[in-house]
Order: sequence, then structure tokens, then C-alpha cells
Amino acid sequence: MLNMKNVSKVYRTDTVETHALREFSLTVEEGEFVSVTGPSGSGKTTFLNIAGLLEDLTDGTYELDGRDISKLNDKERSRVRNEKIGFIFQSFNLIPELNIFDNVDVPLRYRGFNADERKRRIEQSIEMVGLGSRMQHLPAQLSGGQQQRVAIARALAGEPRFLLADEPTGNLDSQMADSVLDLLAEINASGTTIIMVTHELALADRARRNIFVRDGQVSDNAPELHLANMAAG
Amino acid sequence: MFRYYLKLGTLSIRANPMLSALMVAAIAVGIGACMTIFTVRHVMSGNPIESKNDQLYHVQVDNWNPDDPYDEPDGAPVQVTYLDAKALFDAGRAFRQTTSFKTSRVIQPDGEDARPYQEDTRATTADFFPMFDVPFLYGAGWDRASDETQDHVVVLARELNEKLFGGEDSVGRTLMLNDEAYRVSGVLDTWNPVPKYYDVNNNPFEAPAQLFLPFSLAIADGFDNNGNTSCWKPIEEGSGREGFLASECIWIQMWVELQSASAKQDYMNFLNAYVEEQKLLGRFPRPLNNQLRTPEEWMKYNEVVDEDVDVLLGLAILFLVVCLLNTIGLLLAKAMRRAKDTSLRRALGASRAELFKQHVIEAGMIGVAGGALGVVMTWFGLRGIENIFIEYEFIQHLVRMDWSMVALAVLLAIASALGAALYPTWRTCNITPASYLRLQ
Repeated sequence: MLNMKNVSKVYRTDTVETHALREFSLTVEEGEFVSVTGPSGSGKTTFLNIAGLLEDLTDGTYELDGRDISKLNDKERSRVRNEKIGFIFQSFNLIPELNIFDNVDVPLRYRGFNADERKRRIEQSIEMVGLGSRMQHLPAQLSGGQQQRVAIARALAGEPRFLLADEPTGNLDSQMADSVLDLLAEINASGTTIIMVTHELALADRARRNIFVRDGQVSDNAPELHLANMAAG
Repeated sequence: MFRYYLKLGTLSIRANPMLSALMVAAIAVGIGACMTIFTVRHVMSGNPIESKNDQLYHVQVDNWNPDDPYDEPDGAPVQVTYLDAKALFDAGRAFRQTTSFKTSRVIQPDGEDARPYQEDTRATTADFFPMFDVPFLYGAGWDRASDETQDHVVVLARELNEKLFGGEDSVGRTLMLNDEAYRVSGVLDTWNPVPKYYDVNNNPFEAPAQLFLPFSLAIADGFDNNGNTSCWKPIEEGSGREGFLASECIWIQMWVELQSASAKQDYMNFLNAYVEEQKLLGRFPRPLNNQLRTPEEWMKYNEVVDEDVDVLLGLAILFLVVCLLNTIGLLLAKAMRRAKDTSLRRALGASRAELFKQHVIEAGMIGVAGGALGVVMTWFGLRGIENIFIEYEFIQHLVRMDWSMVALAVLLAIASALGAALYPTWRTCNITPASYLRLQ
């Protein structure tokens, strides 16, 4: 489903050249739940941005569902993002002036669904995250956990095959984090592929496969993670 | 999506009320200043007889001083002498022709308590009315025979008819002017051409005459000319009215209606022949310099639109540009504040084109609001001009804002807002979403 080969990403300024990813290779199959961990600045988020078509890669190849992403124009990339990828961010990224219903509506608008279809999908996804009674609330009227659930509902409303989560529980307390992870596991169980970036090893362990990134590369040597796994028994 | 973008625009304006208000105000002030001057210029430069512009011609023949042209370097006089007006009119070589001058009459209304008063009057010929498409409410102008027989007939302006006869059909009624009885032959409908193209050298923006009566009668009865008179040769002392009529003084406006280019050429040939003939009699000492000018050419030649107005318009446009530069700055600030929202929309599937549409529609909404407020400011600007020049009666004709000006103000505001929005929108659409979504 997702296939990156020798991907590199270099940020350049007049004086500095930063290699965020170096010959990064990864394949993720359909239906997987993959966690990506690594130290700060290792390239986790850059990987996620490239996977989500939010940034261009500098070198290498990236195929999503067999399509070479580098050959797509802006409109085609936007379409792929809209139809195949759902995003969940650490800071939720809800639009403050839109109510919950309208926030979830945003990606569906760009999809071109008619009003009835949009309404059906919005209500279904909001119900799924357990916020059916809060559709007319503004984000500021919800708790952090509820806001993240709205963000998940927004990501799911378009029925993407691929969910990218960047530290989805980073702004939540442990109880809320657990409930969000339970929800992600439930979503994955229904067939949606999930890639989750996190720096919390305990959370990473909830995924079915763990990837450790160091210095912009997938590392085979991830002692901390193994230790955590061992500790968890 | 258009309705959706309208909704987003409304929400965005509400979310940033101060910035939005500043943008609307900047556009409105610029539009108001620009449209105030433009409206005045538009009225001044209009051609009220555009439909016949290629058929009507003002006549100029150069009878002026051989050593000192009427207008440097070789402009012909802007009016004609009585001698030439009569000769050219009597020749009848045009499809229609009219001679006229500005005068006044004292009206003696009916009723014991009614007091006589003076009204602006135009002495002209029968063809004046059909030539200039003058609309009639009742009756008609006099016929050509009345020009010859110096009939005491009069045409009233609608306003005067309302004043004297309560707006009734007064055709056939008698009106006393300077102790003489005149028969009303017609009443004009509302007719107020601005500029007053048929007589631009006697203030092109003053209100038209209230009374129209035969030119031949005005000459025969010695009506005074209330318009401009220019002479280059002294009038023979003691020669009185006859001497004035026989002089080289110019004071009459002459127009002809010619229905084709060949008719115009024929008439020009006739004018040239006439002047050559007059030269033999010792008149027209200057080189042949006859002119036939359309109303539009005539108004341009006489600089009906003052150069100062163009300078003012230029300054007003510059002011609008400054206002738009401010708007660009405000839009940029707004775009930066909304970079995260824009990035999020990109992440959720909005293409650059969709974002461009969203921001352009929002800018259009700001433009509509700026235009609406700009129309109000234009209205106040025009009232301000009216108040400053209140002592000039003609000013009210220059500060009229018609629907075309309202529409233009709104369109200009929208175009200005869209123009101002282009760069900020381009910047917004080219944001790398990851750089803003990464911020925790």
C-alpha cells in the first residue's frame, strides 16, 4: 500500500543544509497499525508529512497504492489526500469558528459529495466517536479528549484507507489517551491502515508493528523499544 | 462551493472584525474619493446628444483679426456674427440649421398680486427642437414660417409651465413677455442636457432656458444678448443696434444637421465658397479656417472638462492606490494569521485552486462591503462639493450620481479588493502546510 524507497528530505537555507530523512525505506501493507518512534529530531514527523503528501521529498520514490506520488500535480495530490488519507494531529487542528458538524464537513466539501451524503457521513462519524449530542458545539466548548475525537471523526468521515496520526495523544491525559487509542485500535480493526508517530513507548506498543527512526533512517536497533516490550511482558 | 465559500468568508470577517473593518474602510475611503471626482468628471464629459453625434455640427468661420488670431495659434472664433449667421441660415444649405443666442424676458404672470420677473430665454429657430431631439410634453415648436414672419410664439420649459399654468396643457394660451403677448406653441418635457452642448461658451453647466422664442423676432425687436460677445473691430460710433448687427462681433451660436459624410463635405465646400465671396467684399482677412465640429469634438475643443478636474482625478486615483496598498498589507496580515487554517484545509484535501477561490470570494465580499460604503462616501463627497460651491446654481447638475456610477463604484471596489487580494492570496495558497501544522 505504502512503499517508500531511499527517500531523502533535505531542508536548505543559505547557510545550512539539514538532512531530515536519508535513504528512508519503508513498506506498509494494507490493514497494518504501525507506530513510528524515535528521538526528537530523528525525522518521524518529516516521514509522516511526506507520507501524507504535505511535503515534497528531495530524492527517492514514494508509491501509494501503486501510484508514484512525485508525478502527481497539485490537484491530483490534493485529491489523494482528500480521498485516501486521514490526518490526526497532536493539537487537534479544529477550526475554532466552525461547530463540530462543520469541522467534520470540511474534507467532505472538497470531495464534492452532495448535502445528503455529507450529512449522513458526518453524523455517522460523529456518532462513532461518541459525540452525537455535541454536533452544534464549538471546539472551545469541548475537552481536549473530545476535540481529538472530533479530529478523528473528521479524518474518518471520508472513509480513508490510510490514517496518519502525529502524536495523537500528546495533549491528552492518560485516561483520555487510552480512550483515543482504543478508538484507533477499533478503526484499525475495521480495516483502516494506521501509521502513528509517537515518542511514548507504551503507546507505540499498542500498534501491531513498531518502526524506530534514528537520524532520518529506519533503524534495526531500537533498544529502548525492546526494553519497553520486555517490561510489558 | 460558492455558497460554502460565502459562508466561510462571512465567518472569517466575523472572526477578524477589526481587520475586516479596516479593509472595508480603506477601500471605501479610496473609492469614495475616486468616485466623487470621477462622478463630477463623468457628468462634465458626457455627451447628451450622442445618438446624433455624427449628424450635428457646430459652425465656425474665421472672420477674426489678421494680426491676432482668436485663439492661439490659429483657432477660429467660437461664435459667429449676425451677418454670417443670417447669411448662412438664409442659404438653407443644410438638412436643418439653427442660430441662437442667450437672452432674457420679463414674464408678467396673470393675477393682480403676481409680480413680473425675469427668466432666461433662448432666441432660436424652428429647427432647434428637432435637431437636438428636444422632448415635448404638450404641443410642439413653431414652424419655419414663424421664423420668417417673426411670430410671437413661445415654447415653455416644463418647470415654467408648472409655475405659470399649474402643469396644464397651456398650448394656445397667451403669455405676456415685456408687455407683448405670445402664444404658447409647446411645452417641453424635462430637458436638461449636461453639459449644455449647444452653447458651451455661456457656461456649459448652467440650467437651460425657461423660454424659447423665434430668433428673427428677437433680432427684429432688439432683444439684448445675455451671452458672451467678442469684437475685434470697433463698432461704428453712433450706429446703434444696426451698427452692432453689421459688425464683426461674434455672439451667435450656429449648428447644422448634416446626414452624411458627403453632406458634410458639401456644406464645408459651401462655407469655403461663402468665405471666399466675403473676402472679395473685404471681410475675412485671415486664411481660410472654417470648422464643422460634432458635439463631442466641440466640447473637447472648448475644454468643457477643466484640466484641473483631470489633475484632481489623477490625485484621487493615487489616493485609491495608497488605500489599496494598505489593504494589501492588511490582507497579508490576515493571511498570516490564518496560515494554520489554510494549511489544515490543504491537508484535508483542498487544492491550491480551491483555496484561491475561497480567498478571492472573501476578498470580493470585502470589496462589495467597501463598494457599498464607498457609494455612501461618494454621496457625502458630492454633497460636500455641492455645499462648497453652493452659490453656483449649476453645481447641482455636476453632483448627480446615477445608477451607472453606483454600479461602477461597486465594481471598482470589487476589482480593487480582488487586485489587492492577489498577492496575499498567492502567498497563502503557496504555504507549505506541514510547516504550520507541525506547530504544537
